[in-house]
Formats: sequence, structure tokens, C-alpha cells
Amino acid sequence: MSAGVAEPTVEPNAFRRGLDNIRSGDVGSLPVIVGLILITIFFQSKNDNFLSAGNINNLMVQMAGVTLIAMGVVFVLLIGEIDLSIGFLSGVAGVVAAKLQIPDGSWQANGIVAILIAIAVGAAIGAFQGSFVALIGVPSFVVTLAGLLAWQGVVQKVIGVQGVIPIEDKWINDTANYFFSDRAGWILAAAASLFFAATALGKVLGRRRHGLEAGNLPLALAKVIAFTGVAFFVVAVSNRDRGFPFAGFLIVVLLVFWTYVATRTTFGRHVYAVGGNAEAARRAGINVARIRIAVFAISGGMAGLGGVILASRLASVDLNAGGGTLLLDAISAAVIGGTSLFGGRGRVVAALLGALVIATIANGIDLVGYSSATKFIVTGAILLAAVTLDTLSRRRLAKSGR
Amino acid sequence: MELRGISKSFGSVEALTDVDFSVAPGEVMALVGDNGAGKSTLIKCIAGIHAADSGEILFEGREVTIHGPKDAARLGIEVVYQDLALCDNLDVVQNMYLGREEHDLLQRLREPVMEQRTRETLAGLSVTTIRSVRQQVAGLSGGQRQSVAVARAVMWNSRLVLLDEPTAALGVAQTRQVLELVKRLAEKGLGVVLISHNLHDVFEVADRITVLRLGRDIGVYERAQTTQQEIVHAITAGVPTKVAGVAENGAPV
Repeated sequence: MSAGVAEPTVEPNAFRRGLDNIRSGDVGSLPVIVGLILITIFFQSKNDNFLSAGNINNLMVQMAGVTLIAMGVVFVLLIGEIDLSIGFLSGVAGVVAAKLQIPDGSWQANGIVAILIAIAVGAAIGAFQGSFVALIGVPSFVVTLAGLLAWQGVVQKVIGVQGVIPIEDKWINDTANYFFSDRAGWILAAAASLFFAATALGKVLGRRRHGLEAGNLPLALAKVIAFTGVAFFVVAVSNRDRGFPFAGFLIVVLLVFWTYVATRTTFGRHVYAVGGNAEAARRAGINVARIRIAVFAISGGMAGLGGVILASRLASVDLNAGGGTLLLDAISAAVIGGTSLFGGRGRVVAALLGALVIATIANGIDLVGYSSATKFIVTGAILLAAVTLDTLSRRRLAKSGR
Repeated sequence: MELRGISKSFGSVEALTDVDFSVAPGEVMALVGDNGAGKSTLIKCIAGIHAADSGEILFEGREVTIHGPKDAARLGIEVVYQDLALCDNLDVVQNMYLGREEHDLLQRLREPVMEQRTRETLAGLSVTTIRSVRQQVAGLSGGQRQSVAVARAVMWNSRLVLLDEPTAALGVAQTRQVLELVKRLAEKGLGVVLISHNLHDVFEVADRITVLRLGRDIGVYERAQTTQQEIVHAITAGVPTKVAGVAENGAPV
């Protein structure tokens, strides 16, 4: 408490701040990453194929749908609401894309157009549901529960007795089944690393220009090196199999995009503000209703894209589209990754980390040959642990504020 | 700023009846009164949350109408509410700029600019207890939060700052900090309106004191020429001195 703002900038360095954060209960992504490493070691010791190139590629493709849906729901959780409709919303989007590509002439659309329409339908439904929450004040739990039921009905009605709509469009099927050539993979890894380095450098330079101390330069450098290492490593592994999957590329692009929206734009700042203290946000002149509706639209749109990928992986949609454990997996992913259900705390990368946990467990348990009963029990236990951790850290955070 | 003959009723309840109130630049005007005396209502009329039923508001000599918080903000009137309206999950800079973020054409936040300006503002108010402006507000003490809320109010070239019970929830040392801050605001030439139940605090920083009782103004007292007993008497048993629209402000009871 001694150093003052008035004195020439005595900002605690990043390391010190990290330590402070942990002490005051803000543990960030640390537990998830440790958990992931433990899970990986466990399954690798049980089955050598777990870390094989083929399996890692499978993992990326398997988890893509849930990850994208979870990224959308992170925004809803950030404002302290919930969206239970995302599962069947993704089913509806899958059905829309599938219907549009049937080559029967009447409604047929180009594959890319069909995908875009499916996403738009998801976003529109999300905005529709969100407006009940934002404008009328119906609890989001109930609105989206109604959505869960209704959209399930819609999926069943549209697919009807035929039971399945096969997808033959190349564009749609490629979202989950395209793999980049080896060279394209390397180029992507290089581009991503350069982008990451440029962003980090830009931040440092921006602060320097305004006379602020530039933070921890060695740490920033270490991060750039680590990121480059991981990027090239993943591509190297993927290239030993079919190549880097397009689904993985999509995950990275959307992760960067939504992280940017959440942390670097006015909109993102307002989302956090509404989640932290909606009344304060309102008094500060933020249009709270608009933020709420937009957030549900994001959730719906991302569910739509996730639905397209899930349909693409099976090259069809059937009566189960959007059902099963999809909804719970997506919300669990966001929460396990460290997004608070109380609103205001969490990051987009949480969706990826949480989805990785869920997907590695599912994939590993299948690989080792345990029953799916074990899968449910383990996932449930991890979810409980994650939420408990969040609640505890919230209490510590409140305490550290005296 | 000057308010003349402000009345406001909610249904059949007359919250304010023919109230006069004024505050000059560089002055701390305290607004005291018992619960239900109309302090909050008066503040809300100035802040644009309620519209007065009758009476006129003059700001820098011109008559103005305040229809909403935005009108008040445009005039340079900022309110620090009792509950501070800070977002715990955001850091100091983010809270200071809440709703008025600096951004470029692409809606990209200009963090370095905001951080720099926040530091300057806090330094300008000699707020030295906040270690890092990138600290979450959840981790700040009551006095530090109050400082952030006040600093936010003055950062926007405001002319008049209304403080609603700024010391109500604070300990002794933190109350000190906040009262020092209040004095500095006035030294910078801002008009300050301080609502408080604590007469000790009021006598420490206020230049003049307006007493409200049952929705009427009892009078305006010069701090230097009055005593706590006199104010307490006015709060609990004061009789309005204004008769038939003839103002005799300042007259002791």
C-alpha cells in the first residue's frame, strides 16, 4: 500500500500481480491446465495410442462442435445468465443446413450460403430468446428451457418419419472432414505465430508510446516462444496423420476473434460490466438490454456453427441432432474452463480448455475401453470440482476486498 | 448552481415543497436533514432522475432544464451514489471509463490512453492509496472504492459533484481520506454537494450547510457562524422561515 500512483509509476510486475491474484482467489486457468496434463499422462500410461497423431487429429475434430458452442455460451455466462437451448438450437441449424443442400431444386443453396444461413438462424433465434430476458425480464433459465423443448420438437418435426437427412454437399462436409496439406499446415503455424508475436509486440509498443512501463518483457517473450512451439508441434503431429484439420483451424480463428471482442472492444467491456453490476452499467449509460440480446445472439449463432460441424462430422442430421449430452457438455466446458456461473468472470479460452478436458476424458475412456458410465461419473466429478473451485475463489475474492 | 422554489410530489406525498438551494464553484455545500427530509429527492432532481414539478434551476446564471441523467452530465453535473455503482469484476481504469470508453473507429479500446489519464486524475486528487490502477475493484477497501467513484465523477470536466453519504460505510482513517478528497475537489474550483448524516464530517469540510426538514428548507447556515447544536435543532425542530415566497435564507431560527 505504500507505493503511490502519484509517484512515477510503481506498477507491480506481472509475476507479482499473478501471485497477488492467486492469493486473493483469482486462480485463472491454472487448475484446468494442471488437470489436463494429469488426464493426458493417465490415459497415455493406459494406452500408447492416446497421444498418437491419428488420435490427436480425431480429438480436434470430435471436440470442435462442443468447443464452438461453449465459446458462445461463455458470453451468456459472463452476463450471469444461462442458455439451455444451445443443444437443440445447434440441431435446428444442422437441419437448416442439411435441408438447404438437398439437391431437389426448390430450396437448394450453395454450401457456404447454407452454412451462413444456418448460423444466422441460430443467431436470430438467440436474439429472439434474449429479448424475452432483456426486455420483459423473464428468467433466462425458463426462456431457454422453453427453447430446449420447442427446438427439439422442431428438429423432430422437420426430419419427420424419414429419420435422417444425408448431407452430400462438399462445403458443409468439409467443415469437419477437411485436412490441410502438410505445407498449408506449416504456413498456418507460421502465420499464427507471427500474428501472436505482432500482437504482443504491438501491446508493448503502445504502452511505451504513452509512457507506461511495458510490463514484463521476458514473460511476453516466453509466451511468444511457447505459443510458436505449441503451434508448430501440433502441426508437426497432425502432419504425421492426415494433416491439420480445418476444424482445428476454425477453433483457433474463433478463439482469437471472440477473445478480441471480449477483451479489446467496447462491447466486450460492457458485457463484463453487465455481468459484474448491471445497475452500475445502466447508470454509466450502457444499454443493458442491447448487450443482453446481443449476447444471446452470439450464443445462438455459435450454436448454429457448432451444429453445422456436428452434422458435417456425421455427414447427416438425424432425430438426435443437438440432443444427448451436447448441451451439458458445452456448458460444463465453459464452467470447467473457469467461467463463473455468477457472471462477470471468465474468458473465451475457458471454452477451449474445458472442452479439451471433456473431450480428452471421453476420447481416453473410449480408447482404454471403460464403459460410458465411467465417462459420466468422471465428467460429473470434474464439473463439481470446477464449480466448487469457482465458488471458493469468489469467497476469497470477496474477503480480500475487506 | 441555484435552485429556486423546487417542489416535487409523488402521488399525494409532497417530498419537496418550495425548496431553495444553491452551491457556488469552489464551495462545499452540505445538505443535511433527517430520514425522509427530502435530501435524496433533491439530489435526484438535480441529477435528472426525477423532474421537479415546479421551480426553476439555474446553472451558471442561465436557466436550464434537466430531463435526464444525460442532461445533467452535459452540464457537468456528476453524482456519486451511496452504493458507488462500481463493477467489482473490473479494474480501476475500466471502472473510471465505464460507459465512456476511449475507442477508435473499430471500437477498439485505447487502453494506454485510458490508463494514463486514470493515473493523472488520481494523482491530481492526491489519491496515493491505490497501488495499481490495474487492480480489480473487488480488492479495494471502502475508502479506495470511494476515491475511485469520486475520481470518476471529476474526470469528465465536471463542474458540480454530488456526493451521497460518502463516508457512511467507512472507518475513521478512510473517512479522513475521503474528506480530504472532498476538500481538494472544492480547492480545484468545483462545486460540491455533500449529503451526510454525520454532522462531525459536515462541520469538518462544509462551507455552508442547508437544512431540510419534512420537504422544506429550514435555512442555510455558514459553517463558521453556527454550531452543531443549532444545526441539530434545525434538523429536528426547525420551522421554515420562508413565508409567501419571500426568502430569508440564512436567518437562524
